[in-house]
Amino acid sequence: MKRLILALALAIAAPAAAVLPDEMLPDAAQEQRARMISKDLRCVVCQNQSIDDSDAPLARDLRVLVREQIRLGKTDAEVRDYVVARYGNFVLLKPPVEGDTLLLWAGPFAVLLLGGVAMILWQRRRPAATPDSAPLTDAERAELDRLAGPAD
Amino acid sequence: MKRLIFILPIIAFAGLAAFLGYGLTQDPKELPSQLIDRPLPEFALPGIADEPGGGPGLASASFRGEPRLLNIWASWCAACPQEHPVLTRIADEGFPVYGIAWKDKPADSRAFLARYGDPYAGMGSDFSGRTAIDLGVTGAPETFIVDKKGRVRFKQIGPISPEVWEGQIKPLMQQLRAEA
Repeated sequence: MKRLILALALAIAAPAAAVLPDEMLPDAAQEQRARMISKDLRCVVCQNQSIDDSDAPLARDLRVLVREQIRLGKTDAEVRDYVVARYGNFVLLKPPVEGDTLLLWAGPFAVLLLGGVAMILWQRRRPAATPDSAPLTDAERAELDRLAGPAD
Repeated sequence: MKRLIFILPIIAFAGLAAFLGYGLTQDPKELPSQLIDRPLPEFALPGIADEPGGGPGLASASFRGEPRLLNIWASWCAACPQEHPVLTRIADEGFPVYGIAWKDKPADSRAFLARYGDPYAGMGSDFSGRTAIDLGVTGAPETFIVDKKGRVRFKQIGPISPEVWEGQIKPLMQQLRAEA
């Protein structure tokens, strides 16, 4: 019974967000949008958390600001641009593909391509494996039988 | 040729190690400011005086005519007492230092200045933190260098050390003074 209660409790437990009730917007749809935007915005104090996760006071300020912008009728992209204009692309946990982020986005694929090309070249240069088709001699056969032990 | 194949991974590793090693010497907390060479964002902040409205405050429009330092600080900020003597020295050397008390109760700001001295030529209170966000502030202290035309020219993240003042900011302030 205890285990069942524990299992049920764990099942309904959700990861805690840092959003406090007093920050939330009364309109559920708007609040949902705010949450989605906040999840993509980096907290500049504790850099590997989103502002949705972070308890830092600055993250709270940014959450409030995101909601304020939404209330003003801004679109998601406009709200994001508003924050990016102040803190740069770094605040986006998923940075856009641009000139200075090209290496970041294309780098892994470039390495994969380079490795692939290298492997193909390497395979081509290697002499094709020639199967040794000469039949076993009697001595070899006898040695194999000895190693394999007596048949059951 | 054969040997090259074996040396290649070592070269590749050395390259990667050098690249990552360089990364370790960088401070990820130092975000490049979006404001460099752009006008100071508009703000009009109340002061920190013990009276309704906070007395004389600080407005972005006043950043004209002479290069100034704009220091973001707070009484709760751990590095601010350490930076304070340098700010005092900068003011003593005749360079105007203005301040924004960030997310700080005016009474606490006043107590800090009463204890450590007040080198600021003007002070605004950004209790809500909204102006700091417009400035792209990530922590206290931070200092902006604003030129004669009200454009941000440099941003110091963290306290100004005597070395940073002598080596970087003071030469810049002198250069900005010479600018038309």
